[in-house]
Amino acid sequence: MKIVWNLFWNFFLIGLFTFGGGYAMIPMIEEVALRETWISSGTDIYGWVGIAEGTPGPFAVNIATLLGYQNAGFIGAFFATLGVILPSWIILVLIAAFGKKILETKYATAALKGLRPVVIGLISVVVIGLIYQNLFQTSLDLWNLSIKGFDYFSLIIGIVVFGVSLIKIKQKSLSPIFLIILSGLLGILFYQVVGI
Amino acid sequence: MKKTTELFFSFLKIGAFTIGGGYAMIPLMQQEIVEKKKWLKPEEVIDMVAISESTPGVLAVNFATYVGYRVAGVWGSIVATLSVVLPAFIIILLLSTVLAAYSDNSLIQAILKGIKAGVVVLLIRAIVKLVKICKLTPFNIVLIISTILVSLLVKGIVFYIIISGAIIGIIYGLIFAKETFKA
Repeated sequence: MKIVWNLFWNFFLIGLFTFGGGYAMIPMIEEVALRETWISSGTDIYGWVGIAEGTPGPFAVNIATLLGYQNAGFIGAFFATLGVILPSWIILVLIAAFGKKILETKYATAALKGLRPVVIGLISVVVIGLIYQNLFQTSLDLWNLSIKGFDYFSLIIGIVVFGVSLIKIKQKSLSPIFLIILSGLLGILFYQVVGI
Repeated sequence: MKKTTELFFSFLKIGAFTIGGGYAMIPLMQQEIVEKKKWLKPEEVIDMVAISESTPGVLAVNFATYVGYRVAGVWGSIVATLSVVLPAFIIILLLSTVLAAYSDNSLIQAILKGIKAGVVVLLIRAIVKLVKICKLTPFNIVLIISTILVSLLVKGIVFYIIISGAIIGIIYGLIFAKETFKA
């Protein structure tokens, strides 16, 4: 029961602190998932982030359902999802009912000016940490730098996917689904077929 | 058809056919909500996006709640929200059961490792998109770099960093953009 409440409450907070779409959520999810031991090691979360990105529907709902289900089955999935969507619903209903005025627009706009660069910084940290962990097989800790090997495969996969992501068809970038499926297939090729 | 039933099927469709959620949802919403059902006027879509952006939360749910409430009040907002979320919820549940059953399978592990390497590219694309929206002014550059340094050095304070960002934005606004703060 405690885990279900934890899922609900933490995803409620994550929903409440997300501005401007799913990606802004990732640094918070990583921090909370590690603290609450929803995942066993640092970057396990990014396999799920990739899957959440590559499946239809809002990213927030996908990741809440995934982590909820893994930790507490259907009930967990249900309450994690409910938690992440509830702040949005409450706030928007209040605005719809009482008018835009309760949203002190000038303060909200000013706050957003500070929030956007912070979110960019936080996602950059995610990218730095994820690349480090992929390559060196251990999490990035500036106070205690260590390396547990070097994974050439993840470097090759990253470069190939990056190259493919630059391709544009009729001036449109390739969809995330395609890039995630490609990454998964390259994963099979390198980690399963070529060698362990 | 009752308004709530119409809301249900419209948002079910929007939820099922959007990948990545949020902004990716806007073209489909425009087609369904503005052109087909005429629930919103084109200029109201801009309003909806502006409000959703300046409030916290999941964009897709913000949109659905806004439209649902306009069309059929609180019940409308509940129906629209649940139906925009439902397809994703079901798809991920099915996927999770499969993944849970085979989580120790080396093939699944290989796929996940590949995705971990590839998702870096998606995150970099997201950063590029965000930078294009907010522009690299000196204020933004300083804030981006200090966020990176602080969170590399101190772990476990993401929520505080986000709150600080909002506060810094407001203080900066009060000092340097006084005109916009005059009532």
